[in-house]
Amino acid sequence: MAKVLMKGNEAIGKAAIEAGCRYFFGYPITPQSELPEYLSSELPKVGGMFVQAESEVSAINMVYGAAAAGARVLTSSSSPGIALKQEGIGYITNASLPAVIVNMMRGGPGLGTIQPGQADYHMTVKGGSNGDYQNIVVAPASVQEAVDMVMEAFDLADHYRVPVIVLADGLIGQMMEPVEFHYVPKWDLPEKDWALRGKGDGEKHMVENLVMEARECEEWNLAHYRVYRKIEEQEQDWEEYKLEDAEYAFVAYGTVSRIVKSAISQLREEGYKIGLIRPKKLWPFPQKAFDRWDGQIKKYLDVEMSMGQMVQDVAYACNDKHKIEFYGRTGGIVPGVEEIVVFAKKIMGGDK
Amino acid sequence: MFAQDKRIRIITGHYGSGKTEFAVNYAEKLRQSLPPERKVALADLDIVNVYFRSRQKQDEMQQMGILVIASSIQGDSADLPAVSAAMTMPVNDRSYDYVVDLGGNDVGTLVLGRMTPLLKEEETDFFMVVNVYRPDTATPEGVIEQMRSLERGAGLKVTGLINNTNLVRETTAACLRHGDDVLKEVTARTGVPVRYISYVEELLQEELPEGLSGEWFPMQYHMRESWM
Repeated sequence: MAKVLMKGNEAIGKAAIEAGCRYFFGYPITPQSELPEYLSSELPKVGGMFVQAESEVSAINMVYGAAAAGARVLTSSSSPGIALKQEGIGYITNASLPAVIVNMMRGGPGLGTIQPGQADYHMTVKGGSNGDYQNIVVAPASVQEAVDMVMEAFDLADHYRVPVIVLADGLIGQMMEPVEFHYVPKWDLPEKDWALRGKGDGEKHMVENLVMEARECEEWNLAHYRVYRKIEEQEQDWEEYKLEDAEYAFVAYGTVSRIVKSAISQLREEGYKIGLIRPKKLWPFPQKAFDRWDGQIKKYLDVEMSMGQMVQDVAYACNDKHKIEFYGRTGGIVPGVEEIVVFAKKIMGGDK
Repeated sequence: MFAQDKRIRIITGHYGSGKTEFAVNYAEKLRQSLPPERKVALADLDIVNVYFRSRQKQDEMQQMGILVIASSIQGDSADLPAVSAAMTMPVNDRSYDYVVDLGGNDVGTLVLGRMTPLLKEEETDFFMVVNVYRPDTATPEGVIEQMRSLERGAGLKVTGLINNTNLVRETTAACLRHGDDVLKEVTARTGVPVRYISYVEELLQEELPEGLSGEWFPMQYHMRESWM
């Protein structure tokens, strides 16, 4: 299929359909509304179902139901809407069900602004619902990557039976970029023989959420964590950019990583040896990237559209909080190339 | 350039066609080509898009001597379908050359309803910006369907097409030729001519292809940052 020019939100909708998703339940909010709008017209054409629920809370619980019935199902929202969905995300997680949730982040806290942000890192990567749990979190930096990651997200969700969150900033949803669609399943996935599809003459299936005994609840948690350990081992994903001779490394994800790359070009022209570690998944965090490069990196320059929510993960990954310097803008402000160059020079001084 | 264009140019196109980028470049070039005593106004009537609106360039445009008319509600988080009543002023005041950046679909064009009773055919152009790499306008049928839908919304007939076919930073001369193939067919079926072929100068290093319909319209990116 030849390339077409699509807005990020539409492209994600198309990617979901290509990956076999036929159900979407959601509620409009800027800057992700083109995604439900696109699916409202496109899902019926492929025999799917689009429901605009009465709220984010009901939408996420419809996702819970569809996932329990074995469907590939999607919901999307933006920051305050995702905050409303947290209870449902916890329930879906506890029931070991696959689902894909898109968060096109905007400025916060509370209602915030409609401009792009990255301040939902804590809510999404550290778990915004109650209890011990993790969700896989993927972080696209272009419309094409959003397409590829959404397709992969459905496979990851089904394979590990966990919710997968696509964490992007509003710009990824609003930008127009050339894209193509090539869905290649990551695994040959088995039939969902646990799904609730009406017993008929078959076996009884159960999707459970409530455990009455503390000991049993602990066992349940430990079982989840056995899956999480496997995910941490198998699914770390990152991009290494100009690190071969680097003495300093930016750490940035999503749209910010693109601005950082422009800053790197300028800094390298002036002789600075600086590169970038870009997490493509935020959970599991790419520990292996840091293990590989830490020996030669003097300092990590963490740049985000937040007040530094990723800093602790970088500190843990390099095991030295003194090696980290942070620069961020928040509330919907996108940092410019120039201010990142100034920040980096301040850290590196004349160290070329 | 501009000689054939009427005093009021309403620029529309399905969202993603590059309408705002064209409108901003058009207003800027128009300002440069006219004598200083002639006034230029740009109205941002986009109620569909929430990012990449021409009002974000308001300060730059005002400094160049272009009057920018945007939402009466200030603040870039104003996610409201509100436009300023001032939008009719340059229609009535004939000392203005007027460029109108109209929102991206039939809903977006409804805004124009406030203005259409005042518009005179002999002084109004209604340009439709087309990028054939947008899925909805990939074929002559798709372009014509969008054209009719925009015309119904606006209550105006499209007077010229803008071939703005591009794949952003992957654009080649072949893209523009592909756009031309589709639009020549649209012209054959509807009689609406291609008025301009617009392209971003920094992206097209090759020689411009010959035999394309319309006048070349070189542009600079105003709405897209260097890393986009």
